[in-house]
Amino acid sequence: TSTLHSYILTPPQVNSILKANEYSFKVPEFDGKNVSSVMGFDSNQLPANAPIEDRRSAATCLQTRGMLLGVFDGHAGCACAQALSERLFYYIAVSMLPHDTLCELEAAVEAGRALSPILQWQKHPNDYFSREAQTLYFNSLRTYWQELIDLTNPGDVPDTREALMNAFKRLDNDISLEAQVGDPNAFLHYWVLRVAFSGATACVAHVDGADLYIANAGDARAVLGVQEEDGSFTAHTLSNDHCAQNEDEVARIREEHPPSERKTVIRQDRLLGLLMPFRAFGDVKFKWSIELQKRVLESGPDQLHENEHTKFIPPNYHTPPYLTAEPEITYHRLRPQDRFLVIGSDGLWETLHRQEVVRIVGEYLTGVHQQQPLTVGGYKVTLGQMQGLLEERKARVSSDFEDQNAATHLMRHAVGNNEFGTVDHERLSKMLSLPEELARMYRDDITIIISQFNPHVIGARRHEE
Amino acid sequence: AGSGDSSQPLPLPSQARVVICGGGIVGTSVAYHLAKLGWTDIVLLEQGRLGAGTTKLCAGIVSVAKPISIECKMADYSNALYKQLEEETGVKTGYVKTGSLCLAQNQDRFISLKRLASRLKVMGISCNIVKPKDVTKLHPLVNIHDLVGALHLPADAVVSPPDVNHALAVAAAGQGVQILERTAVQQVLVEKGHVMAVETDRGSIECEYFVNCAGQWAYELGQASETKVSVPLHGCEHFYLLTKPLQEDLPADTPVVLDMDGRIYARPWQGGLLSGGFEKNPKPIFTEGRNQLEIQNMQEDWDHFEPMLSALLRRMPGLESAEIQQLVNCPESFTPDMRCLMGETPGLSGYYVLAGMNSSGLAFAGGAGKYLAEWMTYGYPTANVWPLDIKRFGNLQSSRTFLRHRVMEVMPLLYELKVPRWDFQTGRQLRTSPLYDRLDTQGARWMEKHGFERPKYFVPPGKDLLSLDQSKTFYKPDWFDIVGGEVKCCKEAVCVIDMSSFTKFELTSSGDEALDLLQHLCANDLDVPVGHIVHTGMLNQRGGYENDCSVVRLSKNSFFIISPTDQQVHCWSWIKKHMPNDPHLHLEDVSWKYTALNLIGPRATDVLAELSYVSMTPDHFPSMFCKEMSVGYANGIRVMSMTHTGEPGFMLYIPIEYALHVYNEVMSVGQKYGIRNAGYYALRSLRIEKFFAFWGQDLDTFTTPLECGREFRVKFDKDTDFVGRSALLQQRQDGVFRRFVMLVLDDHDTELDLWPWWGEPIYCNGNLAGATTSSAYSYTLERHVCLGFVSPPPGPDGLPATVTPDFINRGDYEVDVAGQRYPAKAKLYPFSSLFSQQHRRRKDDLELSNLQGE
Repeated sequence: TSTLHSYILTPPQVNSILKANEYSFKVPEFDGKNVSSVMGFDSNQLPANAPIEDRRSAATCLQTRGMLLGVFDGHAGCACAQALSERLFYYIAVSMLPHDTLCELEAAVEAGRALSPILQWQKHPNDYFSREAQTLYFNSLRTYWQELIDLTNPGDVPDTREALMNAFKRLDNDISLEAQVGDPNAFLHYWVLRVAFSGATACVAHVDGADLYIANAGDARAVLGVQEEDGSFTAHTLSNDHCAQNEDEVARIREEHPPSERKTVIRQDRLLGLLMPFRAFGDVKFKWSIELQKRVLESGPDQLHENEHTKFIPPNYHTPPYLTAEPEITYHRLRPQDRFLVIGSDGLWETLHRQEVVRIVGEYLTGVHQQQPLTVGGYKVTLGQMQGLLEERKARVSSDFEDQNAATHLMRHAVGNNEFGTVDHERLSKMLSLPEELARMYRDDITIIISQFNPHVIGARRHEE
Repeated sequence: AGSGDSSQPLPLPSQARVVICGGGIVGTSVAYHLAKLGWTDIVLLEQGRLGAGTTKLCAGIVSVAKPISIECKMADYSNALYKQLEEETGVKTGYVKTGSLCLAQNQDRFISLKRLASRLKVMGISCNIVKPKDVTKLHPLVNIHDLVGALHLPADAVVSPPDVNHALAVAAAGQGVQILERTAVQQVLVEKGHVMAVETDRGSIECEYFVNCAGQWAYELGQASETKVSVPLHGCEHFYLLTKPLQEDLPADTPVVLDMDGRIYARPWQGGLLSGGFEKNPKPIFTEGRNQLEIQNMQEDWDHFEPMLSALLRRMPGLESAEIQQLVNCPESFTPDMRCLMGETPGLSGYYVLAGMNSSGLAFAGGAGKYLAEWMTYGYPTANVWPLDIKRFGNLQSSRTFLRHRVMEVMPLLYELKVPRWDFQTGRQLRTSPLYDRLDTQGARWMEKHGFERPKYFVPPGKDLLSLDQSKTFYKPDWFDIVGGEVKCCKEAVCVIDMSSFTKFELTSSGDEALDLLQHLCANDLDVPVGHIVHTGMLNQRGGYENDCSVVRLSKNSFFIISPTDQQVHCWSWIKKHMPNDPHLHLEDVSWKYTALNLIGPRATDVLAELSYVSMTPDHFPSMFCKEMSVGYANGIRVMSMTHTGEPGFMLYIPIEYALHVYNEVMSVGQKYGIRNAGYYALRSLRIEKFFAFWGQDLDTFTTPLECGREFRVKFDKDTDFVGRSALLQQRQDGVFRRFVMLVLDDHDTELDLWPWWGEPIYCNGNLAGATTSSAYSYTLERHVCLGFVSPPPGPDGLPATVTPDFINRGDYEVDVAGQRYPAKAKLYPFSSLFSQQHRRRKDDLELSNLQGE
């Protein structure tokens, strides 16, 4: 049995794995008061792929108000998700800038002056930016705002919903164009192709005061934790999954293609029998014509030819594009009882039901373990039985409070929960010690961002307005 | 009875002499006792139904195992009262004499039980220290394997609290008390500082007296008076468990078990058991106040009860198979110092309070009701209730945040082991001297009095602080050498003690009014030349000390009055009560205006002389004088040649803005004289070895100057007839029946023996003779010194005998510390030969001739 035991991780080992990517941000208080409707957020990631294909981002808009939180779930590599994590928030922020601010921005670039920063990032040390592509990315962004300047008039202030929509579509378009144009620098050329040929879903929240917007493309999900009057929590889903389980999506895709493709466009719950999410960035294999794909690949750098995946053309590929990055946008006006928002990649939602997610987080954040209060009622319970029951409950609570980070806490449950809804250390340990090649069979990458709202600020905002 | 099921409430009378608010056990007890004392025209108002508040859910244990003697007395009386109540009223009360067992799981707890036993014996309450195996004989369920011993109190009892409540109401109603249910008091109306009427939801009642017995709601009711009344209490949830009858019914007379180390109590209940406790993590409740009629059965919280259930099953493993009946949640109200709140409120005459019972409401209600009724009848109860007097608190203890934090400490503390000199940890640093930070960085360890932080001693640099914080012991504490060093410095060089917490008043008038008032209030003669300091008592009609203070004549018509810290509210209201309503007379509380530094020691003279360029020798600055001088750059410092310890030195009363400057100057100039900081522990050692009595500790409202050898401070021949004069004259005629003495312990090993604290019985020739009031180790005598009162055994006629010199001088005295008696020498004055010659005069004053009538 000693060999068997050697595979069991000790609790500190489990913790070091679970906490490796955790990150917390508290919105600083101003003058002793927290004036932001977002008190802060906790986030974490647990890889199943090596390297992990999920990405996350969080930033505060400096030129406009509001906070951006996003989860990006990559597939066929991490390049696209990485690009989204660096670029999407800039596209959103620029889309929301008033005409006059855009003009100032352009004037500053023109004159070689320092730019006033647009975003304040809140990053974990592992959340890197790819330095080589920064100039390329910046030039694309600048072209975008120049166009925005041309399209708008002085005094114009964009609408948040429209801004989110435009940002998503524009960035996906830029990713596509950059891949078509290529780059004299071979490394960069290879890079932009990898971004375009890989894919990623995106679920982004924009919170400003009591206004919460969710822009979602793909199967990551945003769920609101609502505290009921009795103290318990219920889940309120703010995004729709874009996948085969969503009838509206299935209908949309079938409508966009001729009836002849009705059977082939979605097969085995996948787009063209291949792709799980029905909306995504990148994935030009599902967007470009076959000719374009061939042309781009032929002119591409040599490394590309080693990758069989990119050369492969999906079956029944007749009427591209089959895939879009156009987000579905949800608006929610925050109420004081809306206590937190959980954005998670599908890796989270396939292990825990959303109601369970909200219960676990709610109990963690309120600090009170809202276990169902025990009542004896009419049952026959002896003191000894009751003591046993209470001791077990106590042990459960104490193990639950090891985490300083709500996302880590939720992760622990997502990976380690047993059939009774409590963390089973042995199970947790086994799941975390799976060899790389096996891990992906038992679970997906998990990325979680949990942001907590300040009910007093939200209450006051609602009252003022 | 006024209670009953009549849905039609009785009509509200338009006026009454007394209105009592609260129909719980406390309110009905007050009504019962007032009626017994002959009061008529009493109305008792209850917002819901009688006994529907805490009383309904109370566990029903009447035990005399209480921390202080006055509480033991009240519980003892309650027990006797409830015992005969059934006979008196015909109402069944469920009274069963079960006795109780206080268990000790460790030696320290056992010591504290032995100390309790010593105290109870003094009061004539029977109790026995028993071995663990005797516990088994008394209680079939108790597991004794981890017990060191126990205290058996055979007279303790259990009752059904709502039935006792009902019986008291029936008896009171029988004496004419009108009891009105479903009548809520909304406001108390006040005119010229006196209660005038009570406004209820059914109209108002004019009255002379109002008694706030509103329990949980007493705080809010206090706030709902035209002149706000501070009733510092706060609620906490309290849980107890009821089991179904055991397989073999637990006999109704099975003793109550108090397992304080396990934080639980248990009593027999309907063939099963009732068990609750005082957990470490209490749940405060109603902080934001709440208007609800009756405390409904609140939510049970099993997870919260888990530690107590475990403790119960550890104590009584046989209960594992017992079936649960119910977990009861019954909020109780707690006060900042674990003692109840009793008496007339300061500044609002006719407004009385009895509340904040700290979950001993049933045990205290009888005795407390009796004392309050006496108070209202005679102006003061028949026992010293100062520890319970609501005037020990002021407004400063009525912040909700303070109360919430403090009661969270108080509730667990009820069952925690109390060792000598323990302090509260919460609600601290409320009032501090401007020097607090300076002293703190120099190693000060703090204690709190009346919200004020006072240094206990100073940890020298390099000492292991952690071990010092663990000085919780009944034996020699680990600060022993530190305090010894401070005392030595006071004796040989000079020390500075920050005594800013003292209560300080200024009384001024345009004419002679201030002097006249003080001559009337004080036993000593205040008509002294300007600059003189007079130690004097302010006595009550019985000649007892209401206050013991030092009065300085600042000018012809202005006086500076220095009183003990905890006198701030009490003394203020005492003076105010006797002060004529005269616009020429002005009393001001200046406590906060002055920082007080006590410079103790032979070199104090040198330090001050150097700082002021004025000679400070006794020839130039005799003892008991006050001068305004400059010290360092600061002018207008009141320098007084007294130290409150009998040692040479000075008190400096410094306007607060100069405090830091003067302190720095004193410390820097004092360096070459070996100056250092000292704390109150050193002060106490010094004052006790010098036989200095302190009010609140040694002196109380029942002690006269004649009983403590202070006749020299009573000027019978001054022109004014001061309060208490005739009582003292009578006492001088009759002789005193008890005498304040100093007892020096022999054969007491400071290292190995238990230390005396206070409250230890004193035996003379083998007979109980009295009890100690304070004690300290005297570093000069290298012995323990206890102060206390002794009385000779009654004469052959059974009447109290007067104290004779022979009784003091020839008696074989012993002090009982936790059951162990130590021989002691009784003294009527300190060992003058050991102390400086300056104080020769005092010795003469204390000559025995003063003891007896002429």
